[in-house]
Amino acid sequence: MFERFHQYAAPMHFHRLSRKLSPWLFGISAVLFVAGLVGGLILAPADYQQGESFRIIYVHVPSAWLSMFCYMVMASAGAAGLIWKVKMGDIMARACAPLGASFTFVALATGSLWGKPMWGTWWVWDARLTSELILLFLYLGYIALQSAIEDRRAAARAGAVLAVVGVVNIPIIHYSVEWWSTLHQGATVTKFDKPSIDVSMLIPLLLMALAFQVFFFASLLVRARCEILEFEQHTAWVRDYLRGRHKA
Amino acid sequence: MKNFSEFLAMGGYAVYVWSAYGLTLVVLGWNALAPGRRERALERQLAARPERRSA
Repeated sequence: MFERFHQYAAPMHFHRLSRKLSPWLFGISAVLFVAGLVGGLILAPADYQQGESFRIIYVHVPSAWLSMFCYMVMASAGAAGLIWKVKMGDIMARACAPLGASFTFVALATGSLWGKPMWGTWWVWDARLTSELILLFLYLGYIALQSAIEDRRAAARAGAVLAVVGVVNIPIIHYSVEWWSTLHQGATVTKFDKPSIDVSMLIPLLLMALAFQVFFFASLLVRARCEILEFEQHTAWVRDYLRGRHKA
Repeated sequence: MKNFSEFLAMGGYAVYVWSAYGLTLVVLGWNALAPGRRERALERQLAARPERRSA
């Protein structure tokens, strides 16, 4: 098991595997998106309180979940790079940051577009919204660090420290709706009780969440390949690979 | 949903619902295309480097 992990931890093997996998993942996510959108926009009934506006849930909630999931991937990868000097850790952490920032932005913006008609305001400085905004700043801070520090290894180390410290924000985001009074509605799916949402609304939500998740991995693989090429540009295998690409 | 224009109207929430979906589409589209473009540019740029003997 460890042997296999180690093999794919090697950038060359990961690069080759990633070229095979990413087109499939993009395809699978496209199918899931279509299924989720049909279910969410057409088949699911309107909400009895929120009317048709509740349909924003199908883009808002998956991107919010993903914004946190991506952060955990980034921080774990960064930690692996920091502690065990796993090169793929540094590479994956760097590849995660722009994706995480994108999905955090989508979660905030679609939440704002939902808040305006439902709460009567685009924004409130409450715990859920503020902690999600801090998540965006953590991603942007990480990206700024990467471009500010010339040496890749040093940039990866500094970024990993920032990412690991920022993990404290993740439970704050998740529990913010319980710990503080807030305009944001409580959890309806991610709790130990039965989800308080009808199946006809829940299934499209889970499909969309899965679509976002698979899309995330597809895009992450391509970004990771770019990082690998940059990290490994002076190695023999990258030279061979590029020569092969040029001939083809 | 009786007809298509009713679907587009989203019960009066059209502006909010469709801008949320439009914005998501733009961000997803960018994340689908931009990394591939960067990869191709990077491969061209690295392939154009002068050959060096050392590995």
